[in-house]
Amino acid sequence: MCTYQTEFLEVTGSGKGPASWLRVTHAQVYVDHPVHAMAGHTLNIDLRNPAEGPAARVAIELHPTAARELAEAILRSLDAVPDAVLAAG
Amino acid sequence: MATDAFISETVMITGHGGDEIEAYAARPLDESPRGGVVVIHHMPGYDAGTKEITRNFAFHGYNAVMPNLYWREAPGASPDDAAAESRARGGVPDDRFVGDAEGAMNYLKNLSNSNGKVAIIGYCSGGRHAWLANGNLPFDGAIVCYGAFINGETPEGFPPREDLRHLASTMHGPILGLFGNDDVYPTPEQVDALEAVLGDAGKPYEFHRYDGAGHAFFCVERTAYRPEAAVDGWAKIWAFLDTTIGG
Repeated sequence: MCTYQTEFLEVTGSGKGPASWLRVTHAQVYVDHPVHAMAGHTLNIDLRNPAEGPAARVAIELHPTAARELAEAILRSLDAVPDAVLAAG
Repeated sequence: MATDAFISETVMITGHGGDEIEAYAARPLDESPRGGVVVIHHMPGYDAGTKEITRNFAFHGYNAVMPNLYWREAPGASPDDAAAESRARGGVPDDRFVGDAEGAMNYLKNLSNSNGKVAIIGYCSGGRHAWLANGNLPFDGAIVCYGAFINGETPEGFPPREDLRHLASTMHGPILGLFGNDDVYPTPEQVDALEAVLGDAGKPYEFHRYDGAGHAFFCVERTAYRPEAAVDGWAKIWAFLDTTIGG
């Protein structure tokens, strides 16, 4: 089904699109039909820069298990770094 | 009635509020009168798969057009980028959709080889759209393929969608509904409820439900594809169109 359910957040960073790197300012996260992945539903992440138009987007479609593993790996990576390093930017 | 001689191309049609929006048209080239089909794309957008479906209607002898429901948000963008942009802006408003569907219907009726009859078909979110259009506009038939959130509670955390059962009483053309019994949006119980309101309203309809099939069973590029259901579903579609807009 088309879920419509979407988490929106503002982000700071960069992503690499098909042509080049781009600054990303917004992210949306949702479980819905993938465009490319072979699954009925995937965890989808769009990292976007709306100011540069719809094509300024890095898209990811992950199977739910892989998405959880990625999320946990992200948290482990962040937790493993001293706060002072992160605070230093 | 099938023909190899048709043209498919991008056109501009007049949609809601007089806006010019992009659409994909596929039209048989000869001038013998024929019905038209408005094709509504699914939430992933105005994509190659739905363009293929649009061409299939032309191959079977119908004029067909698919409006790009995301044109305003993302003109010229790739279908997946446009779908993401539309999602970021909260999706397609119902009233705007009805205006765009009316524009697509008018485009078909104004073709020189139109017989004056037009049906609408939609898949997934487009199934809800087909129901919405047929309840508001004088379509000669509507085909609802596993339309989600026509009725029933939207799950917690989901943006609410208006329950459209009340439109049963204003349905214009007959309705063909095609559903998978393994689907959860809509559930078989929600399909029962749709049948009930159509029956109570005295509106002509036929629903077909397939065991071993779930959501998106027509979609050949997805793991949800179920060839037995899809092949039978297409046969039901051709028979329905022959009755409602053929001749």
